[in-house]
Amino acid sequence: MTNLTTREKVERSMKRRRASESRFRAYGVASVVFGLLCLVILFTDILRNGVSAFEQTVMDVSIELDGDYLGIDSQADDSAIKLANFDGLVKRHFDREVQPERRDRRQLFSLISAGASWQLQKMVLEDPSLVGQTVNVALLMDDDVDQWFKHYRGHSAHPVLNETQLGWLNQWADEGRLHTNFNTLFFTNGDSSEPELAGIRGAITGTFLTLMVTFLLSFPIGIAAAIYLEEFAPRNKITEFVEININNLAAVPSITFGLLGLAIFINLFGVARSTPLVGGLVLTLMTLPTIIISSRAAIKAVPPSIREAAYGLGASKMQVVFHHVLPLALPGMLTGTIIGMAQALGETAPLLMIGMIAFVVDVPGFITDPSTVLPVQIYLWSNGSEAAFTERTSGAIIVLLCFLITMNAAAVWLRRKLERRW
Amino acid sequence: MSIIENHTTNGQAFSEAPKLQARNVDVFYGDKQAIYDVSFDIGANEVIALIGPSGCGKSTFLRCLNRMNDTIDICRIEGDILLDEENIYDPKVDVVPLRARVGMVFQKPNPFPKSIYDNIAYGPRIHGLAQSRVELDEIVERSLQRAGLWNEVKDRLHSPGTGLSGGQQQRLCIARTIAVDPEVILMDEPCSALDPIATAKIEELIDELRENYTIAIVTHSMQQAARVSQRTAYFHMGQLIEVNPTDQVFTTPEHSLTEAYITGRFG
Ligand SMILES: Nc1ncnc2c1ncn2[C@@H]1O[C@H](COP(=O)(O)OP(=O)(O)OP(=O)(O)O)[C@@H](O)[C@H]1O
Ligand SMILES: [Mg+2]
Repeated sequence: MTNLTTREKVERSMKRRRASESRFRAYGVASVVFGLLCLVILFTDILRNGVSAFEQTVMDVSIELDGDYLGIDSQADDSAIKLANFDGLVKRHFDREVQPERRDRRQLFSLISAGASWQLQKMVLEDPSLVGQTVNVALLMDDDVDQWFKHYRGHSAHPVLNETQLGWLNQWADEGRLHTNFNTLFFTNGDSSEPELAGIRGAITGTFLTLMVTFLLSFPIGIAAAIYLEEFAPRNKITEFVEININNLAAVPSITFGLLGLAIFINLFGVARSTPLVGGLVLTLMTLPTIIISSRAAIKAVPPSIREAAYGLGASKMQVVFHHVLPLALPGMLTGTIIGMAQALGETAPLLMIGMIAFVVDVPGFITDPSTVLPVQIYLWSNGSEAAFTERTSGAIIVLLCFLITMNAAAVWLRRKLERRW
Repeated sequence: MSIIENHTTNGQAFSEAPKLQARNVDVFYGDKQAIYDVSFDIGANEVIALIGPSGCGKSTFLRCLNRMNDTIDICRIEGDILLDEENIYDPKVDVVPLRARVGMVFQKPNPFPKSIYDNIAYGPRIHGLAQSRVELDEIVERSLQRAGLWNEVKDRLHSPGTGLSGGQQQRLCIARTIAVDPEVILMDEPCSALDPIATAKIEELIDELRENYTIAIVTHSMQQAARVSQRTAYFHMGQLIEVNPTDQVFTTPEHSLTEAYITGRFG
């Protein structure tokens, strides 16, 4: 043993080193594969459940826009058209076409969405000369019909629809009059208690407004705080205390920020609840620590030699910071900001505390209008009893994921672009 | 080894036409003293070499001369340093114009991650030295000419300065320093990362610059000190042991520590 040469010793140790290296590599590959697998399962599940939300069942109908029944003519103005009874017209049409027994009429009408009469109304509003003519339209069907057509067709029984209803539906389907269209309403409508009319436009707009408030506040404040702490603050107990607390804030459960927002912004300052303004304020509190911490790391990573070079030429502190440190730290700062914003995008808990869980039908127009946001909308729909809401939950998740992926891709792109300068 | 009690600097520490005068300078990093009671002059238009074993405080002292040590929180300086008879540590003195007058070249080339042109133009821009674009172009060209870099980079002034070789980067940094037209240039081992050819170019440059500037250069190479400097200051454990004309230091050193160092017995 003792008379091994150094080379032999190295050879012997190599075996061990190679083994541990390949073991480590195997662990690495295994974790990556596991992670990817989870991702694939998650995505396929969401896609399988959610893709059908982007389609909506409609029925081709030739319907006479009877001017006498509606009480309007082709010169009618908007207010008269808005008062006209399109709902009755739709019902009369189906009554005449199907000729159900009296006791089945309600069941027939329940197959058609409340949105059908609005469709007709919208057509006439756009072109009043249609009054008196017979038009071909694809009328929106009720969510139960939608679910049946998409998922239960061919089954003999249905939990909600009865035999008479199934009889009509099967007939229409066989005639080829039932089919699915791209679900534009999902993207143009706000929330609704009718699943087939419920859309995510309100939530998307709310999310956009909320994130805009968050960004406009947290980016400048976060970066200014990071620069001050890193470059200008005197090193003393107070600064240390502030630093420790910023790090602590980053670890505070997000719902706490909701409580804080409720207490301060709503109860103390009287900001209206359920609005993107107060939502943005709360999310600002939440994202600030992330932005400050990552910005400080980015500033710290700027090589000291660059600072020295600038100081050595007689640059003032401001010039060193703004001409040299900031441009080099900016990609890191932006990455941190986008990660913070992505967190804010998916955040639900604190927003529940400040009333953004309210049922809001109207699409918000400004940061002071009541609104909801995508993750909260997802949460709301996931509690809906109708199967169509479950589908929309997954649909909204897909949209949310698309936003997240876009934001992350933007972060990567931005960083590349800024870093490539040298 | 420890510091020498009651030491006074040997040799000719003072100059008839001083540009910079250090008087009883002590430097502390926190509680630790790095420079002990250093007093000597740097004459106008002279090149003075600062030599000594690693860790003896050469860089620390050099950085006192343009108050670069201000950027280190724990660093504290006592004593006076006069530039043209004016104390640069006077509270009234602003470091920004001071550093424009006393430029610095660092041990490791540290060009800005900007174009060659912008590297040179940065100093003149922040100090408002050029009235027009043309004037700025002239300053850039002249500085690069003087640093002996012009011919190598004149066709790619707008490519990144960080894309140059180490020696070119160091000359870029020298050009950047002289673009501000300082009175004194401090160089901290400017050739330590360079090959003999690049070193020779920079030494040549130092010789030329001496006509207009006062230069203090830290070096670990005796040959370099001998080639470029008129006087040499030997530091040891934070004390200034000896200052004498360079030939004298290398032929007949006054102090035994100096002799030990230059003959390679330690250091
Ligand atoms: N930023 C600092 N903080 C604390 N101590 C420092 C700092 N810079 C230098 N020192 C200490 O001051 C002393 C002198 O250091 P200095 O860098 O001036 O030496 P030097 O002569 O330039 O050495 P070298 O030839 O290796 O560059 C050393 O003991 C060093 O540990
Ligand atoms: Mg040094």
